[in-house]
Amino acid sequence: MSPEVTVVDARGLRCPMPVLELARRTAAGQLPTGATVHLLSDDPAAAVDVPAWCAMRGHAYLGEQPQPDGSRAYVVRLGG
Amino acid sequence: MSDLPPRAISGPVPPAGFLDAASGEPLHPAALAAWPQAARSGGDPARLYGAGRRARLALDSARGLVAEVLGCRPDEVSFPASGTQAVHLAVAGLALGRRRLGAHAVAGAVEHSAVLHALELVAARGEPAPAPAPPGASGTSLVGVDPGGRVDAEAFAAALRPQTALACLQTANHEVGTVQPVDQVHAACQSAGVPLVVDAAQSVGRGPLPAGWDVLTASAHKWGGPAGVGVLAVRTGVRWRSPWPADERSSDPRVPGFEDVAGVVAAAAALGAVTAAAPAEDARLRTLVQRLRHDVPSAVPDTVVLGHPDLCLPHLVTFSFLYVHGEALLGELDRAGFAATSGSACSASSLQPSHVLVAMGALTHGNLRVSLPRGVAAADIDRFLAVLPGAVARVRAAAGASGL
Repeated sequence: MSPEVTVVDARGLRCPMPVLELARRTAAGQLPTGATVHLLSDDPAAAVDVPAWCAMRGHAYLGEQPQPDGSRAYVVRLGG
Repeated sequence: MSDLPPRAISGPVPPAGFLDAASGEPLHPAALAAWPQAARSGGDPARLYGAGRRARLALDSARGLVAEVLGCRPDEVSFPASGTQAVHLAVAGLALGRRRLGAHAVAGAVEHSAVLHALELVAARGEPAPAPAPPGASGTSLVGVDPGGRVDAEAFAAALRPQTALACLQTANHEVGTVQPVDQVHAACQSAGVPLVVDAAQSVGRGPLPAGWDVLTASAHKWGGPAGVGVLAVRTGVRWRSPWPADERSSDPRVPGFEDVAGVVAAAAALGAVTAAAPAEDARLRTLVQRLRHDVPSAVPDTVVLGHPDLCLPHLVTFSFLYVHGEALLGELDRAGFAATSGSACSASSLQPSHVLVAMGALTHGNLRVSLPRGVAAADIDRFLAVLPGAVARVRAAAGASGL
């Protein structure tokens, strides 16, 4: 895994907050195009909403990784 | 607009702001007119004295009208106590009638939850298989949908097995309005010798129904009939067996107990009226829905219009608004006098997003289903279009999502 991964911890938040948190932390200029972001979430809606958000915002959705605490890391590469 | 012809006096006039027809329509005036006389007459349709015979006659006439709309024989039609109960009976009766074949079922992934829950029952109820159970003897195969919510007919056909007791497919989806390939799937089911249950709840009374079904279910309050009247139609020759205890006093072998004759008469009266008005009213509602599909995304940024743009019900359209809390949006709209629903997790008691939206891979938050009741005033849609952008903006601002 690349060392420049940015982790956005949205555990405990329910929809639409995880995606909103992801949007806030990746809003214009904060991270370079191509940066990888892991959104940590335990909201079941995130599994659908993160890929849908990526499609709307032109980011690449790279899949999900189960975490030891039962949450999931949703992996996004900014700018496709 | 003033140059439009006035609505007929006998047509339905839903309450202003009511945009939740997919849950159930207000009583149609024809139902309200027919009910009192049928209720006053009373009479047990299974009895041979005068009042019983009159009740039987009224029930038979209602059954005949419903059968004509569905395209089947009157003796194939029953009236259980709700659309949900009709679905339960359809599935349980086929599972029982065909239990020796297996307890496997095939269904679209976006079926109503009543269908999916009934199928859990099938898997649990199959005839005990000789040990070890043959592979594929039980369980439900859910057939996926495209991003518009339409079931893949070829994948459906491929999921049918020799042990498949039954298959289920809705005429059209209740959350996004997408019409399903029922006739195509029924042809595949016929080749495989599997009976198809068609949940027609959203379609009855709205233009032509598909002919491809073995068992059909519907719900009268979706067409302006009273709640408490469901429809179960079982084609002659289909191996359906009542899962209920026998009731030789009932005039209907499929549904035990004393029918709500007045309710059925009122439901049939409403169905007759909406069917007669359907070609014109469907076209009018379709125009209003097209306006919503077109105008909402231009007035509200970051809107996704869900469902198939052409293969869809005339009266229903669904949106998802990015960064919007679905329940908060329903509250904003309610305060502005509009009744609508949402498939978002936050508006569900289960806190799970709608399985329909999940199957489509659609944005599940900020979801809003708008379903127009028959007779809705065009001015209501004007006002809705005026109110919605502000309502969404307020919910976004409250969540700190403005400008993201």
